Amino acid sequence: MPSQWWTYTLSDFLLFSPRTYYRLFELYNADIWPAQIMALLLGFAIAALIGWGGAWRGRAVTAILGLCWIWIAWAFHYERYATINWAATYVALGFAAEGLLLIGLGLAARRAWLPVDDTIHRVGLGIFLFALVVQPVIGPLTGRALGQVELFGVAPDPTAVATLGALLCTADRAFWWLAAGPLAWCAITGMTLWTMEATDALVTPLAALVVVSTAIWKRSGTRARGGSDGQPADTADQA
Amino acid sequence: MPSSSNIGRRTLMRGLGAAGAGLVLPVAAGAQPVAMITRAVPSSGEALPVVGLGSWITFNVGNDRAARDGCADVMRAFFSGGGRLIDSSPMYASSQDVIGYGLAKLGKPAALFAADKVWISRGARGRDQIEQSRRHWDVARFDLMQVHNLLAWEEHLPMLFSMKAAGQLRYVGITTSEGRRHDEIEQIMRRHPIDFVQVTYNVVDREIESRILPLARDRGIGVIVNRPFREGALIKKVMRHPLPAWAQEIDCTSWAQVILKFIASHPAVTCVIPATTSVAHVRENMQAAYSRLPDEALRRRMIAHIEAL
Repeated sequence: MPSQWWTYTLSDFLLFSPRTYYRLFELYNADIWPAQIMALLLGFAIAALIGWGGAWRGRAVTAILGLCWIWIAWAFHYERYATINWAATYVALGFAAEGLLLIGLGLAARRAWLPVDDTIHRVGLGIFLFALVVQPVIGPLTGRALGQVELFGVAPDPTAVATLGALLCTADRAFWWLAAGPLAWCAITGMTLWTMEATDALVTPLAALVVVSTAIWKRSGTRARGGSDGQPADTADQA
Repeated sequence: MPSSSNIGRRTLMRGLGAAGAGLVLPVAAGAQPVAMITRAVPSSGEALPVVGLGSWITFNVGNDRAARDGCADVMRAFFSGGGRLIDSSPMYASSQDVIGYGLAKLGKPAALFAADKVWISRGARGRDQIEQSRRHWDVARFDLMQVHNLLAWEEHLPMLFSMKAAGQLRYVGITTSEGRRHDEIEQIMRRHPIDFVQVTYNVVDREIESRILPLARDRGIGVIVNRPFREGALIKKVMRHPLPAWAQEIDCTSWAQVILKFIASHPAVTCVIPATTSVAHVRENMQAAYSRLPDEALRRRMIAHIEAL
């Protein structure tokens, strides 16, 4: 913690210009092409698994999400973002831990899923599809080059929001443990983009806020019904 | 707000008189070359051009080859304009590496005055960090090594003084920015034989005029000025308004030059280090070191005008 920390503003911690930040995505996208297509296919596969159900979907969804987080930890944060932001090395560790947590809990524990016709499930799926389809085009629509697009599975922001959406569809106590990492990133990226005066700075934090509000509402509703987060009565398709 | 210090025309001209003979602005054939404004480093008498080059944010472009080449172009224009002092820090992520890239591309300009910082909380690791920084720049040694934001200065300063004594660097300094820890800065200036202090100063942030700048003159400490444009915010603010008529009195063609000349005209200031990614802007900045500086009366008018905007 720096001395006289109260005199610092967010801009004192921004080490790079917006141009450099967005160029990072442009070069990253060029480097990893056509991995983006694979990431999008995996995203649609997750949406299908969440929407249609299936006995093994919990393991598949969390495993895919976990792999995406680990990829981003290494390929984006450690290999690229850390070149302009030394703190990204620590962020990379956080992303890797989140990825391992998703995979570990996904394989080890039984994920309980809300029924597909549940309102909260629909909100979660909606958030996931927003991150997959809508969020990536906001940047280009607000003036950024198409090559700088941030896509689910390879870029941190849509991946964090998509993960929160998918987790919202689950119905177990691990939600907050698994959501802590994505929520933290949503706050960090929101502050970064806000300091950069990006027009879309609030998109990711607002999406996270919707998820948190819905999760709290879900929890209070579950308590009111006298049920348990971990064992909803109507989850017939647990993995 | 502290008042502008009393700077007479005679004082100003004495400062201008330190211009180095070898530093002249390239001009059209037949025209009279214009001497660059330099200031003597108080502890050695070495002449330094009054305008240097910062690297905060602007040179942190990572591995982007095109952006690195752009930074090298900025450095080329800087050296072509007679510049010498480039300042960086390990805190600025890839900036040191980008400077090293630019220096290599430009064939290691002999004019370089390499100023860097040590920025690590454990004093025992200071030397390693300095060595790592040196490798990034790929220079034989740093001319100036400063304790960044006074971080662990009690441990770093003795180490820097011993490095200076051993010829591993030429000058020792300390830095702060945006008015932080000025009391502590003053204490160090009074008690330790530092060569430079780096602080924030511009036409609207003039706190250092009351104590730090006079103290620097009394103690023979050079002053490097950071954040002259308030990270661009000051330029954005004044750019909305036309350049005042008095700007012609000091040969200014841009607001950036007005702001830089205000800073450079204080006799305690050794060097101001604006940062930019634009070749046009670095040329514009360097022009500020080649023409008339405001006297005390005009400095007061500058303050009044800009504060009223």
